[in-house]
Amino acid sequence: MKAIPMIRRALLSAAAAGLLAASSLAQAADTIKVGVLHSLSGTMAISETTLKDTVLMMIDEQNKKGGLLGKKLEAVVVDPASNWPLFAEKARELLAKNKVDVVFGCWTSVSRKSVLPVFEELNGLLFYPVQYEGEESSKNVFYTGAAPNQQAIPAVDYLMKDLKVKRWVLAGTDYVYPRTTNKILEAYLKSKGVKAEDIMINYTPFGQSDWQSIVSDIKKFGSAGKKTAVVSTINGDANVPFYKELGNQKISAEDIPVVAFSVGEEELAGIDTKPLQGHLAAWNYFQSIKSPANKVAIDNWHKFIKNDKRTFNDPMEATYIGFNLWVKAVEKAKTTDVSKVSDAIIGLETPNLTGGVAKVLPNHHITKPVYIGEIKDDGQFDIVWKTKAEVPGDAWSDFLPGSKDLVADWVTLKCGNYNTKTKKCSGQNF
Amino acid sequence: MNELPKMKNQTAKIFCGLLLALSAICANAQDAAEDAAPATVLPTTYEAMVAALPEASYDDKELLLQKISQSGNPQAPNLLHALLDGRLMATEAGKVYISQSSDEALAAKNLSDAITGAAVTGVNAESISPIGTNNRLRKGLRALCAQLDLASADADARSKAVQSIMRDLDEAGTAALRARLPLEKESSIQKSISSALALADLQSADANIRLAAVETLSGDISSEVYNGLTTLITKNDDGSFTEPDLRVRTAAAEGIRKIETRRKAYGALETLFFGLSLGSVLVLAAIGLAITFGVMGVINMAHGELIMLGAYTTYVMQLLMPQHIALSLFLSVPAAFLVSGLVGVGIERGIVRFLHGRPLETLLATFGLSLVLQQLVRSVFSPLNRSVASPEFMSGSLVINDAFSVTYNRLYIVFFMLIVFAALQLILKRTSLGLKVRAVSQNRAMARAMGVRTEWIDAATFGLGSGIAGVAGVALSQLTNVGPNLGQAYIIDSFMVVVFGGVGSLWGTLISGMSLGVVNKLLEPWAGAVMAKILVLVFLIVFIQKRPRGLFPQKGRSVEN
Repeated sequence: MKAIPMIRRALLSAAAAGLLAASSLAQAADTIKVGVLHSLSGTMAISETTLKDTVLMMIDEQNKKGGLLGKKLEAVVVDPASNWPLFAEKARELLAKNKVDVVFGCWTSVSRKSVLPVFEELNGLLFYPVQYEGEESSKNVFYTGAAPNQQAIPAVDYLMKDLKVKRWVLAGTDYVYPRTTNKILEAYLKSKGVKAEDIMINYTPFGQSDWQSIVSDIKKFGSAGKKTAVVSTINGDANVPFYKELGNQKISAEDIPVVAFSVGEEELAGIDTKPLQGHLAAWNYFQSIKSPANKVAIDNWHKFIKNDKRTFNDPMEATYIGFNLWVKAVEKAKTTDVSKVSDAIIGLETPNLTGGVAKVLPNHHITKPVYIGEIKDDGQFDIVWKTKAEVPGDAWSDFLPGSKDLVADWVTLKCGNYNTKTKKCSGQNF
Repeated sequence: MNELPKMKNQTAKIFCGLLLALSAICANAQDAAEDAAPATVLPTTYEAMVAALPEASYDDKELLLQKISQSGNPQAPNLLHALLDGRLMATEAGKVYISQSSDEALAAKNLSDAITGAAVTGVNAESISPIGTNNRLRKGLRALCAQLDLASADADARSKAVQSIMRDLDEAGTAALRARLPLEKESSIQKSISSALALADLQSADANIRLAAVETLSGDISSEVYNGLTTLITKNDDGSFTEPDLRVRTAAAEGIRKIETRRKAYGALETLFFGLSLGSVLVLAAIGLAITFGVMGVINMAHGELIMLGAYTTYVMQLLMPQHIALSLFLSVPAAFLVSGLVGVGIERGIVRFLHGRPLETLLATFGLSLVLQQLVRSVFSPLNRSVASPEFMSGSLVINDAFSVTYNRLYIVFFMLIVFAALQLILKRTSLGLKVRAVSQNRAMARAMGVRTEWIDAATFGLGSGIAGVAGVALSQLTNVGPNLGQAYIIDSFMVVVFGGVGSLWGTLISGMSLGVVNKLLEPWAGAVMAKILVLVFLIVFIQKRPRGLFPQKGRSVEN
């Protein structure tokens, strides 16, 4: 899809160069290149295509405002096709061949892990916009999505305090994000006095579609007379049959609420929301939040994508915040040089879409508010709870034995995993 | 709950407007809203309360609904039920209607006025929207509805109401049940009211009442009873029993033992059903492959995508007739058969035919084709999953008792699979096409010598197998996501079933699909879903080593070469 315009662009610029020689060449070199590394085909295309469009929209808006440092921004879009090794190749292509100044990209943790060495080797700059399991802080990456303490822990707090939940089902898809998050949650729940017999942990393969026995187990687990809730890190696709089965086995949100960390507006747009009504989701942003900035962003998005029905979701907001922060940092540093921008960006603030402020912390994470929403029958969320203030992202969880003593600080310690006990930086960059 | 201050303000404003109060009162109320909840200005007449519902905050709705339920208005039970089911509609102007259907497309058709109960016609479907509820409100509503329903003329509604009160037994519920017991005529409902009251009596201070309650509850296997009895025999932290009376403890222990035995039996039944239903999905997905791979010997990696096309056909059919979801589902079966069948014939004529007898190339070509089909669907229908609605009869479950219930969609799919299997058997065994297909698969040269046009038979066979895959897609659209990746999830399983059952044997496919399903479900609670899948695969590898031709190997000369 992208090949034709690129060829055309190449031909055009060659023709223009022939005609106007020096002047046009100077202009062609005078753009700031922004790499977009999101899958446009394969399994992850469902989620990542939207983020590519978000970056393009932001670039478009910035160019209308007159560009950056007097130069126009130019998007370089590549398609890593949901193929993890290909992510690394495409990242290398963006950094070494296209010489982009910044990259917005990745969704799954495995794709981020795969590009990490490339960004560190070639000193690139990556903005990662999705909630993830934490336990990482790279010199070359800024994490604008939520760390576990900005999504999972507050959600569990809400269930424990407001819904008086006593028994917990931690259900997830079998890969790194749910496994780590559930490990953190299990340690957290136990630290709050929840007994081991009141926690049920269940993992399912990707794309699980037969939920009969698992839902039946959850039902049995939940019928012990104590308020039970499901904390779901089930990956996007498997959610629909899961909720359908809950509905069919007559488990309503009033009996056993499910709080999900990966079900958002975009995922709900494609499905019949009747069986999901009343179940919960925890995010740092919901489309239904009323704020002037949110309204403007949604209107712009609808205009850009030319479809009023399209939804706006949390990773899109994270992309929006990341882009604005990068623009501010470049303006502050007066250059796009990666090291200078990375230094300049720390401490910068930009308004988020929910009426608060996102501030970049020395550990390369940002501050985010946490919201709990109840799914309504139109696929939007009713906000039932929010944190009083923005929560600072914590790269290394305080509830895991291995990472309790680790801190990330790229200002004073210049280290992504500094051990406060041994007073040593592991030497690893991430 | 952290209410947003902005919301309080808004509600206050809206209330003022609704009440048509004097401006002075309005100003006062708004001032009051700054520090106190606006509950003080709730209306009192039934009409005004109903009119206030659409714009009220959730907290106010709860208070309003409580008052509505106590108002004794004949319309109140109807209204509460409608709100619980999402059938209570409001216009922008604040008129409230009860609809017969929560479906947006049908909601405007059967409206009645929420206040008078009179039928209303001519309301624009665009102008009404359902009144929102949240979890807390729905929970409260359910209790209110149940208490009102106790006096309903319909025995079924009364019975459900008792069940619902029993699930969350509180003082209000117990009192309502006690009041109802002497009035109740139906013996079965009398019985369930007594057991609900016995459950409440387990907390009684008198040991004799507790003992009588335990005896009344014997034979009831619901989880509420189980939990109630279990609390009687649990020990406190200091080692003493919560229940001081030994007689009650012995009776409770006996009751628990009975419940556990019966539950175990029903649990086994449940697992068996889960296994059979998973098995029937496997058989549906694999049976088309049993024809293309089993009978023709073509390794068709695009089989999964043919299933996906069937599912998308269901989606398109539903788009064509949004008013008749059930009918569109039935019509999707032949439509999906045609679409996938024609694509199958196309694949055979366009690709497979030229690669006859070269399995490796066929495998690669069809694998490439599967990627092409996936991306094609992604470009046409977008990479997002499409929503296929389930008709009413496919949702919910058939409750046999508290420990055993069967979900309707799974039940129907088991039957559907049996019908498809029988139809396929009929085609292969009773029609002339079937005869020729079997002839060609057994000895191509001989069949040709007898005047069978093998080329056309190949195409027809491939089309038949592909069509069946499309039909499987219709069934899967009711269970899982309809998206570009649908097929990939089933291709491995399908090959597994066909190879295990024995290539070329339809009965083998049926038996192997069913047994793999049951084995998987037996292992799942014990080993977890991921491990269960791995164990099944390991078992298959070992099995194929021992019996390379599967469960039901084909016999005869044709096999030898």
